[in-house]
Amino acid sequence: MNGEKNFQMEQSSDAKKVPKRVAFIKGRTVARVKKEDEEMVMTVPNLVVKEVIAFEMMIVVLTIISLVFNAPLEWIANPEHTPNPAKAPWYFLGLQELLHYFPPVVAGVILPTLAVIALIVIPYFRINLKREGLWKEDRKQTLVVLIATVGSVSVVLIFFEVYAMLVPTLVMTAFVLAPYFSKKEHGIVGWLGLRPLSWWIMTWFVINVVVLTAIGTLFRGPEWTWTWPWQEIY
Amino acid sequence: MKHVFDKLFESRVWRSIFRHGLPTSNRTRAEAVFYNFFLHVHPTKVRKRSIRYTYTWGLGGLSVGLFIVLTVTGALLMLYYRPSVQQAYWDMKDLQFVVSSGQFLRNMHRWAAHAMVAVVFLHMLRVFYTSSYRPPKEFNWVIGVFLLVITVLLSYTGYLLPWDQLSFWGISVGTNMVRAMPCGFGEKISFLLLGGNIVGENALIRFYVLHCFIIPVVAMVLMGIHFWRVRKDGGV
Repeated sequence: MNGEKNFQMEQSSDAKKVPKRVAFIKGRTVARVKKEDEEMVMTVPNLVVKEVIAFEMMIVVLTIISLVFNAPLEWIANPEHTPNPAKAPWYFLGLQELLHYFPPVVAGVILPTLAVIALIVIPYFRINLKREGLWKEDRKQTLVVLIATVGSVSVVLIFFEVYAMLVPTLVMTAFVLAPYFSKKEHGIVGWLGLRPLSWWIMTWFVINVVVLTAIGTLFRGPEWTWTWPWQEIY
Repeated sequence: MKHVFDKLFESRVWRSIFRHGLPTSNRTRAEAVFYNFFLHVHPTKVRKRSIRYTYTWGLGGLSVGLFIVLTVTGALLMLYYRPSVQQAYWDMKDLQFVVSSGQFLRNMHRWAAHAMVAVVFLHMLRVFYTSSYRPPKEFNWVIGVFLLVITVLLSYTGYLLPWDQLSFWGISVGTNMVRAMPCGFGEKISFLLLGGNIVGENALIRFYVLHCFIIPVVAMVLMGIHFWRVRKDGGV
């Protein structure tokens, strides 16, 4: 196809007419379907059986967990007696960990808001629509932008002494850089080289969420000081 | 015996409820899906690739499953729980020591709630890493992000209800974070949530209503839209 339109479109208001698609093959090419239609299966029983199995397995696992482990119930709420440390539920402990480094308005409001906005715009962000690896285009320029970005983020993290985010950031940067220095097309490095920018950003975000939540949950004791899980808190 | 069942499946009453015979042919298998209220969220045929366990890990379906478990156990817990400072904690103690299987019921609700936060987050990761947010499914991703936030809020509002030290200080830490919002917004929102300046009687009843009615209803509406759009965009 050279891109120019050599067909006519018609509009019809006849609702009963079933529209037809007609393909004209010009020249002496052989008409061939490049991608075969995907294999379809009946929903009953293929999908429904899988759903029932998954649901039942979930019930079994939940039942066993509920029989073995009791939900925590401490002594009655007492506003006079603050536990040390006072912790939020585990899914907020990443934020509480950030509160340890940043001022409350940054850790409690700005960063979570930015995270939610970032998640919302993912499908509308142009770089996500490109599937190409990070190093596919101008390699020099990508390197400069990468080092500038990681550098400025690191400066902020060092200023606030957020080593819990600095270390994962730097380790990940090493992985981002690996395909730049190694020209391998196969193996792990080759696979990393095919990852697009959006993949790296999301993975960076997820690793930080996991690390911060784990630190807040397992490694923080009285006065939010570093405490090993096996150390006695009280 | 087989004869009895055959008669039953062909009887007028049976046929008035299920309008098709046993799913023995592809025609009746298709009918089993689109004549059934609960199954009609699904198409009659699905791509073989998209129902592999290792493609979706069943995470979206498990989120729904956990929501159902939480609704059932939650409704049963409501029978034994009174949301007042005088009674809430002692009702928990009764669940532990007096009510038959009360502890088990509470355990199930608690662990399913924690699991749901994790599973919904993992579902989001799966959708991202399989690039399932690409057009035309952009907006469904956005609804999914809202559902993740809703799930966390559901879990968090339930956290106060046992009225023990864990829940009281857990909520205090959270609402203090809300207070950090600039321009006086934080104070106002925190006052609105707690019905006052401290975590007390008003906060308990507000969190109870949010947890048992308002947020679940919002979640169900969003879930309805979420599944409907999955289906319209050619998913399972």
